[in-house]
Order: sequence, then C-alpha cells, then structure tokens
Amino acid sequence: MAAGAPLLEVHDVRKTFRAAKEVITAVSDVSFTVPAGAITGLLGPDGAGKTTLMRLCAGLLLPDSGRVVALGFDSRQAAYRIQQSVGYMPQRFGLYEDLTVQENLDLFADLNGVARALRPARYADLLRLTGLGPFGKRLARDLSGGMKQKLGLACTLVRPPRLLVLDEPTVGVDPISRRELWAIVSDLVSGSGTGILVSTAYLDEAERCQNVLLVHRGKVLDQGPPGDFRARMAGRSFFATGAGASGRAIQASLAGHGEFVDAVVQRDGVRVVLRPDAPMPVLPGIAFTPVPPRFEDAFVERLREAAPGPAGAMASMVPAQGGPQDGSPEVMIEVHDLRRLFGSFEAVRGISFRVHRGQIFGLLGANGAGKTTTFRMLCGLLPPSSGTLTVAGVDVRSAAAAARARMGYMSQKFSLYGDLSVAQNLAFFSAAYGLRGARRAQRLRWAAEVFELDPFWDINTTELALGFKQRLALACALIHEPRILFLDEPTSGVDPLARREFWGRINALAEQGVTIMVTTHFMEEAEYCDELVLMSLGSILAAGPPAQIRARAKTEAMPDPTMDDAFIALIAAHEAQTRRAS
Amino acid sequence: MNGERLLALMRKEMLQIVRDPSSIAIAFVMPLFLLLLFGYGVSLDARHVPIALVASHPTPQTSAFFAGFQGSPYFNPRLYPDMPLARRALMGRDVDGIVWLRADFSRGTLQGAAAPVSVIVNGVNANNARIIEGYVQGVWASWLATQAQRRGSPLILPVDVRSRVWFNPALRSHDYLVPGLIAVIMTLIGALLTALVVAREWERGTMEALMASPATMAEILVGKLIPYFLLGMGGMGITLVLAMGLFSVPLVGSFWVLVLCSALFLMTALGMGLLISTIAKNQFVAGMIALVATYLPAFILSGFIFDIHSMPWPIRAVTHLIAARYFVSILQTLFLAGDVWPVIARNSGALVLIAAFFLALVARISRKRLD
Repeated sequence: MAAGAPLLEVHDVRKTFRAAKEVITAVSDVSFTVPAGAITGLLGPDGAGKTTLMRLCAGLLLPDSGRVVALGFDSRQAAYRIQQSVGYMPQRFGLYEDLTVQENLDLFADLNGVARALRPARYADLLRLTGLGPFGKRLARDLSGGMKQKLGLACTLVRPPRLLVLDEPTVGVDPISRRELWAIVSDLVSGSGTGILVSTAYLDEAERCQNVLLVHRGKVLDQGPPGDFRARMAGRSFFATGAGASGRAIQASLAGHGEFVDAVVQRDGVRVVLRPDAPMPVLPGIAFTPVPPRFEDAFVERLREAAPGPAGAMASMVPAQGGPQDGSPEVMIEVHDLRRLFGSFEAVRGISFRVHRGQIFGLLGANGAGKTTTFRMLCGLLPPSSGTLTVAGVDVRSAAAAARARMGYMSQKFSLYGDLSVAQNLAFFSAAYGLRGARRAQRLRWAAEVFELDPFWDINTTELALGFKQRLALACALIHEPRILFLDEPTSGVDPLARREFWGRINALAEQGVTIMVTTHFMEEAEYCDELVLMSLGSILAAGPPAQIRARAKTEAMPDPTMDDAFIALIAAHEAQTRRAS
Repeated sequence: MNGERLLALMRKEMLQIVRDPSSIAIAFVMPLFLLLLFGYGVSLDARHVPIALVASHPTPQTSAFFAGFQGSPYFNPRLYPDMPLARRALMGRDVDGIVWLRADFSRGTLQGAAAPVSVIVNGVNANNARIIEGYVQGVWASWLATQAQRRGSPLILPVDVRSRVWFNPALRSHDYLVPGLIAVIMTLIGALLTALVVAREWERGTMEALMASPATMAEILVGKLIPYFLLGMGGMGITLVLAMGLFSVPLVGSFWVLVLCSALFLMTALGMGLLISTIAKNQFVAGMIALVATYLPAFILSGFIFDIHSMPWPIRAVTHLIAARYFVSILQTLFLAGDVWPVIARNSGALVLIAAFFLALVARISRKRLD
C-alpha cells in the first residue's frame, strides 16, 4: 500500500438480498474512499443501506459486484485479513453482558492478540478515554446505554486499528454520552491518524465529520465536506415570523408557494429554505430573517430532487377529522404528584403537569428518564403507585376503558400486522375500537383519502417503506377519532421528508383541537411542541415552551443554545445539585 | 487454530456458564427432573393391581385358592360377595379384574374334574390386562400343584413351560427403562446447550463482534464445543449416579466403556445443537427445533420404550438415522448384559459416523459472513 493512499476504497459496489420471493437491492453503485486521519460520515435514515455498507467494509458481507479494498486487502480474496485488521463496531456491539468491563476488555485483547506487556498501558488509556475507570469490576449488563456503547468502542480499540468502522455508535444514547463518544472519536483521528468511517442517523452529527456521504435507498445522493453542503445553501435559509400569527398559521399561508424547498414549523415561526435562484416572495404580514444554513437543509433539498412528487411537495396535509372536538374539557390531561415504583426503584418521582386542548405536548429525556413509564400510566396501561391522573376529564385509575376509548396510540414499533394488508389493518383497528357498518366504511374511506393510502390498499404491511408504515400507523391510531393522540417516539429512523410530512399532519390535527402527547429523543423535534417537559431520573427538570427552556441555558459563551445544549446544561446542573444534596 | 484465542473464548464461555444459571440448569437440573419424572412415573411393571375376588359359593377350597392372591406383591385383592357388585367395581375402575369361582368350583375340584375359574380383565390397559391374565394362570397352576400334593397324586400337565429370563432376571422394567432414559435426557441436554448458547450470541449481537475479530470460525466453534462438552459430561455423570443410586440399576459392563460411549454420544448431540443454531438464529426457534428434531425422535424412535422391531419398515428405516437409537442399545447392553463387544463396536461405529457427519456439516456451512 502506497503512503497517502486511502485506507478504504469502495468501487461501484452493489449488494442484493433474497427475501422470500423477491430480490431486494440494499446497496447499488456506491463508490467512496476513506482517507487516514479523517472522519468520513455515512448519513441517512433507517433502511438506507448504511449497515449493509458497513458490513461490506468490515469484510462480513461480500459485494455482488464491485470491489471493497480495505488496508490493501480485497474483500473477495482476503475477507479474513480485513476482519483481522479493521476495527469494526457493529450497531449493537456484542458485549458479553455476563462479563465485567475488565473481562470484556481481556477477551477482545486476547482475540486480537494484544501482547501482554502492552496491555496495562493500553487499558489505562482506554479507561481514561471512556471514563470507565471506576467500573472495571462492574458487569456489562449493569452499565447504562451510553457506558455500554463506550465500552464497545474501547473493546474495538483494544488493538489500535488503522481503519475504524463504526456503525451508528450514537443511536439510542443520551445527548451527553453522544458528545463524549464523538470526543473519543475525534481524539483518535487527531492523535493517531486513524481513518474512521462512521454511520449515523442524526443529521446534526454531520458537522463533526471531515467528509460526508448522503445515503438514501441504497444510493449515495451526494458527498463532500459538510462545509460545502452548507455553503451551497448559504443565503437561502430564513426564519419567517408574523405579528401574532402562530407558526402553524404562517406555514399554512406559505403552502402553495413554489419558491420554498422546505418549511418547518418552529414554535413562533417557520424555518424556510428557498429554492436556488428563486426570489423571495413578498407576503403581507410575514417577515423573513436570514438564519445560518444547516446540514439538514442540504439533505432535504437532495431528497426532494431524488424523490419529486406529492411526498416532496409542501401540500397542506390536513387530515380532516370528521367528528366535532368541542365538548371536551379545556384541560385534557392533568397529572398531579404521579409516582411509580418498581420494587424499591422509583421510576417516576412525583411529577405534575397539565396539557390543554389542542396542544402538542412533548415528553423529552434520555433512555431511563421515566418517559415510557409516564406514558404507560397516562394510557392506562400501568397503574400509578400514587398521585392523580385524569385524561379527557376521566380518572384513568377508575375508568381506564372509558379513557382509552378517547385516546389514540401510536408506538415506535408502529404495532401493525405485517401479514395483513393496509385495508385489513385499518379494518382490524376500526373493529377493535367498535366502529361498525356505514361508520366504519366512512372512516376507512377517510383514511384512504387523507393518508393517500389508495395505491397500497391491498399490499401487505411488511412490504411498505418505513415512511408509509408510519403513515398507516397514524391512520390506525386516528381511525376512531380520538381526542388525544399519544405518540411514542413516532419518527425514530424515518427520513427527514417523511418526518416533515408526519409533523405536518400532527400540526393539522392540533389545529383541529386534537391534543397530542409525544415522546422523542430527537431534541430538534422538541421545537414542534407548544410545551414540553424535560425528564431525567424520574423527575421533571424543566417545563415550558421550547424557547423558554432553551433560554434557561443561555450563557455568555453560548448566546443561542440549541435544545441539545439546553438539555445537557440542565442535566449537568441537576446532577451537580443531587450530588450536593446527597 | 490459535491457542491463546481458543483459551480466551473458552474462558469467556466458562465465566458465562458460572454467571448465567440457565446453562447450569439445563445441564444439571433438567436431567434430575426428567430422571425423577420418568423414573418414577413410567413403569411397565404391574404392581398392586386392584382385583376383585368372587366366590359364588364360598368353601374351604375357594379360600385356599384365594390365599394364593393375598401374599402376592402384584395384587391388591378385595373380596366381593357376588358378581353384580364385582362387575360394578370393574366398571367404576375400582378394580382392574375379577376372578370368579363359580358355585360348582369346590365340587369340581373335589371330584378331580375340571374346575372352572372365570377371569374377567379390563382390557383398557392392555399391559396390565396381560399381566393379570398371566399371574392368575400362575396362581392356578401352583394351587393345582398343592392340591395334587395333598392328595398324593402326581400332577399331570400336558406341557410344562419353564421360562428363564436372561439379563434382567427380576424382570424389572426400571432396569432397562432407566439406561434408555439416560440416552433421551442426554440428547435433549446436548442439543439444547449448544443450540441455545450459539443462538444467544446471534440474538445479542455478540456473534457479529466475534466475526469481526481475528478469531477463526473453527476457533469459535471449538470454543463452544469444549466447554459444553465438559458441562454435558457433568450432567451425564449426575444422571448415571442417580440412575444407579436411586433406581438401583446394576451396571454389569465396565465403567470406562460407558464413559467413552457417553462422550461419543454427547458429541453427536452437541453437533446437532450447533447445526440447529447455525440455522435458527434466535433462542426460541432454536429451542423449539432442538425439542422437535432431537428429543421427540430420541423418545419415540430410539427403542427406549417402543420396540423398534415391531415398527413398520419405513419407520424402522428412519430409526437408523437417530443417534439415540445406537446409544440406547449400548446403554441397555452395558447395564444389563455387560461388555458385549460386537454390539458395542457396531453401535459406537454408528455414533462416530453421525458425530462426524454433523460436525463436518457445521464446519462446512458456518462461514465468517453475515449473509
């Protein structure tokens, strides 16, 4: 291998899988290189083909056509040599949960043939880097999600690799651990000149890479340094505000203007992106303030170019709810001093909040913050240990069934029957909620029209793309015209366009008076909410509109904090406080 | 094969075995449970069979005849005054058979003429029925002999059958069921151990990490095989000790031949388990397949309970593919008959072939690839 040559070369790679009777193309016509001393990022939604590409690069899959050359070894001839020399961290890194931190490190040191004399220094380095030093004797299963991920990285790094392949190392990890993981990765590059290929579904992580590949449906849409992407969008991003008008109202008045590539509601305004060379339209009562472009703007533009059509258009997606929403109380959810214990562990520690009709209310927090437990209690799926809980004016503890008839619920996993067609899924859920005869037929027609499900009506759900599954899941949750909609991590893994479309529908629903309760770990999605609470370790750290929560983290050094920054600042403050108290 | 990596994999496996009670439960608790369940539950011996004795016209002769039943360990006799009552008891399953001496029984015997004995047996349980029939004939014969002796006249029977039972003189069904049971238990344990632990590695994503490491597939497989072989032999030891201690099954053959053959059989079971886990990559499916593909055939087609020779020929042909069949044969021979070398050699040969087949197949289809 010549000096200065790339560590990894991928040439025109194509990989297909056979599933039942069809051939699925996971990756096609992909070419890129990974140089030494730089981070190359692979960005894209779930199902884009990122993991397949990572496995191809690690020599665990062979391409159908094209070539993968890693550290000078062609994966077709020398897959074993690639496995021996490339550091690869799979998405769910295989930690042995029954082994301690130290035993896991020892195992991978043995497997990688790290000389015993070198180990003490290497372990010390890794434990310092990952902050796992004090936990050497702890079983891996007792580590938090972020710590597990760091230990996985340490095991991969036990013999310093020249090429490191990381498959979504930050997925499902809280914002603090995410930053720490990125700090470790950046250290490696600057310190030892390692070449790193990392995949992620978080678009904001693109900024941390030297080179970025946008992957969508198995193809590379675009590649280049993230700065180039931003430069291309320079002067095209604006924040639209109108005196007294809500963000949703502004979005409605922007709809139908072809000048915009993107328009996303953010609390009191709309973030818009102009088409290249399009003049700024003059709209009465709406002021446009330039804002710095984001990486996501470029991605959205690329996606719209790649997938033009109704899904890409900025139509106003109003799912007209048939029934009247009036008659429901002004306060739709009232929670007072709610607690839940599991044995001696207090998962939810006396939280209180209220949600008004027609609000979008967010529940934010890292894994283990108590979001899911709170959610289950609100839906009447889990009885609280103490406290009061009314939903739509009904006490959930005494009349869970009555409360549930007024709720729609959509979970992260969508809860659809894969072997049933779209129509059959809708029919099942409408029957489950007691819709019959003409009423059911009318609701099914409504779902087909509003969610544009007609083309897929008789297709089995497993065969739908993730974005369409999400659409169907939402239709199923709304089939009985609930007054409250519970959304549990509804957008995790879907691409930015599907996510925009989804929030468009949610906004329209809220406008009609449906109350929306949503959990998410995408901090930027918090901006869609009217109000939110930030949870950590079972308690509420902060509550209020997004702008107010962001403002709490405002410092001299950070004049304009993002929701992510606010989250980290608030948690750090909270932890310091608990330490002082104990 | 790299010794250090193999040792590391085995050490890891041992730590997991110690910390995760599920494999210890499979290796030690399950055989105990199965052995007790089957050992005490399944018995082909008729013991304490409730039986009704009816004498239509009681006399000293009828009492003498019935006395033959009183001391027997096989029967729990009850006297009934008349047939209708006895019949009702049979219908209600209070008794499994009726021995009926008619009114002319005493007169017949006294005259030396044929004395009629009616035996009515509930045929629902065919096994018990046949045993009752046989024992009643035995009681009848010994009673006739004493009568003849008392009269001083020789007993003349047209045919004198003297049967000898070799290898299991006491005709205790435990003595041949328990060795067979060992084979069934070890099939299940061997296959489940490897099938579940490898499937667990797939499920938890640790297999992908192993594959991306320099460890070769052979090291990964042998690193699984050796620890679970040792664990399985431990389970086998416990089963043997219990079988001999609890059910006092005698071991006629030599101990070391038994150990050697057991090791051989365990390899076939572990090989099957590995094969299952390369096909089914989650624990639930692997467990179901292990149960259906190894345990059931071992139970039904190994000759452990159901005699292979009385099966129709297509099924008999299938039994040749079941490793447990050969091991059952070895175990029954070693325990009851001793070191009968032709039987042991033939069956061990078959076990070697089967083990080699499964392990070779596993080695062939396991690749360090994810597709």
